[in-house]
Amino acid sequence: MEVILALAIGVLVGSGVWLMLRPRSYQVIVGLCLLAYGVNLFIFAMGRLYIGAAPIMPKGGFIDPAAYADPLPQSLVLTAIVISFATTALFLVVMIAARGVTGTDHVDGKERNQS
Amino acid sequence: MNGAPLPDHMIIAPILVPLVAGAIMLFYNDSNRQTKMLIGLAAVGLTFLVSVELLADVKSATERGGTVVGLYRLGDWPVPVGIVLVLDRLSAMMVMLTALLAAPSLIYAAAGWHGKGQHYHSMFQFLLAGVNGAFLTGDLFNLFVFFEVMLAASYGVMLHGSGPERIKTGLHYIAINLAASLLFLIGVALVYGTTGTLNMADIARALSRLDGADRPLFHAAASFLGLAFLIKAAIWPVCFWLPPTYAAASPPAAAIMAIMTKVGVYVILRLSLLVLGPDAGVSAGFGAPALMIGGIVTMGFGMIGILGAPELGRKGGYLAIISSGTVLAAVGFAQAGGGALMLGGALYYLVGSTAAISAFFLIAEPVSRGDGGDDAPQEPPDPLRERWAPMGLDTVEDTSAPASERTVSWLTMAICFALVASMLAGLPPLPGFIGKLAILRGAMQDNLGPAGEFPAILWAYLAMLILSGLGALIALMRFGIRRFWANEAPAPRILALEVVPVVLLLAMIALQTLRAEALLNYTHATAIALLEPGTYRDAVLAQAQDVRAAPTQNIVPDLPRDGQEAAP
Repeated sequence: MEVILALAIGVLVGSGVWLMLRPRSYQVIVGLCLLAYGVNLFIFAMGRLYIGAAPIMPKGGFIDPAAYADPLPQSLVLTAIVISFATTALFLVVMIAARGVTGTDHVDGKERNQS
Repeated sequence: MNGAPLPDHMIIAPILVPLVAGAIMLFYNDSNRQTKMLIGLAAVGLTFLVSVELLADVKSATERGGTVVGLYRLGDWPVPVGIVLVLDRLSAMMVMLTALLAAPSLIYAAAGWHGKGQHYHSMFQFLLAGVNGAFLTGDLFNLFVFFEVMLAASYGVMLHGSGPERIKTGLHYIAINLAASLLFLIGVALVYGTTGTLNMADIARALSRLDGADRPLFHAAASFLGLAFLIKAAIWPVCFWLPPTYAAASPPAAAIMAIMTKVGVYVILRLSLLVLGPDAGVSAGFGAPALMIGGIVTMGFGMIGILGAPELGRKGGYLAIISSGTVLAAVGFAQAGGGALMLGGALYYLVGSTAAISAFFLIAEPVSRGDGGDDAPQEPPDPLRERWAPMGLDTVEDTSAPASERTVSWLTMAICFALVASMLAGLPPLPGFIGKLAILRGAMQDNLGPAGEFPAILWAYLAMLILSGLGALIALMRFGIRRFWANEAPAPRILALEVVPVVLLLAMIALQTLRAEALLNYTHATAIALLEPGTYRDAVLAQAQDVRAAPTQNIVPDLPRDGQEAAP
């Protein structure tokens, strides 16, 4: 499981970074999304990996902490998902506006061979 | 509540007041801009009064020899579990600076800029809430949330007024900040994975218990976090986004965004001295060389940039870069044991230069109005208007007249520009000079060896400190002569509302000159407190049980949740 998760994070982040460095704004936004997925999985992994363990204690207190997953990274991931989703949506709006204003989807607002 | 010397609930007011004010504004129709501005000014005034009170409390607490740090537990959860707001000398000072910069920017917006888009005042208040939150929070993830509040509002404020130039640079600005936020998240996750806590004071405590395998991971986390904040603080080589963005933003937006680079500087200052400070054992001084060298190179880059940039707005961006570089390098030196005098001088410089940069952005647009080379896109050319009409982007109504039609003479502008320029260039007797002198004196006094030897990197820093001032002086003088003396064209019409904020900021700078000793004493004491992170840690963790100290099996069965809340 560790290997699969590590590979998944690596592939997501690697392709995210590569796409983010591309000149088309659509590639940039997809890259940012992939990067955000990779980072979210990474936060999740930082709470250590558990299988079939609930993050919430039953009422009545501790029984055996080892049987439960760490709840904090899960709440962090939730917050991070919401925030990156919202900011990406905002970025999308600006991207569409830039496409309308400049008439090209190049991130610099002009093609390279254009002066 | 518990007899603490600080009024508990007042600590959260600098976050709540702008947040509530911004929300109230949304109930009004967006064409009631005067009403919204009055609400905004009232909120900023209230925040300022609160910050005065907080500052007085922090100061009197120090004089009594009591605790220097105010603590506000959100939801009254015990410390390492819940989120805390922490007030100390540095954060009180920064909150006050924010309020002082916000008022002039708001007044300037009343001259017409707030009519060039929707919901300017609400976004402005949310921006202030985010900035104040970032200054006050004592929790790393909470810091991320406030950063995002601040950034999301700043995207709106930066794009305010629309137009092709703003949209193009806004795209870059948002992309780079999204990437920086993801780096921030990686850093936060690594910190949690290695230390098991996100409370800043608790991280510092847990650091001493890290084993050999976790320490490199923690250093990686510190590097990720540092990179994220340094992008925000615009250190070379990650500062290329700043000049075009600030030049394209509308002047009142750029004026308040001047404090945003300082948020990055603040976090670097806070974390590197609290967590990786002199008493951090093996990790002490981690990252200090990067800050020193990076800061010095940044100052050089800013100096070349300000000499080369043709437009005044871009010059302002490079001035912000120089100011960041100066303070960041001083933080690096302080982290490596450069002494409190120098750091105190740098903090004094930070206050003065931020106010001056804010004034510079406000003055840049009126001064270069009608000047050929200026790209301020107030009236975009018509062909473009056709092109973005289908996007609904030309529906920006601009019906609200300026709050006052009074105008001022061109000479007034010239005097204001000269004063702002000499402040930024560091000419005596203005705070730019006093701050640099304090840094120079501190560096000499604390680091001169017995045989007169002096580290080469400090020489480089001191030389750069003087050279960057010289570069700013040459660039701004050249512009001033061309614009004010050699210009035969009729002077543009300048509204009094556009000069009053600059005069207010200049008055603040003048006050800083007259009361230089008081402020220098304050920043010096702040620097001493920052270099003794133990006080901060003890104050935050006073009632905290260390969960990690006990082996997992021996944890006492905890009370059910409802009982726990009632217990304290």
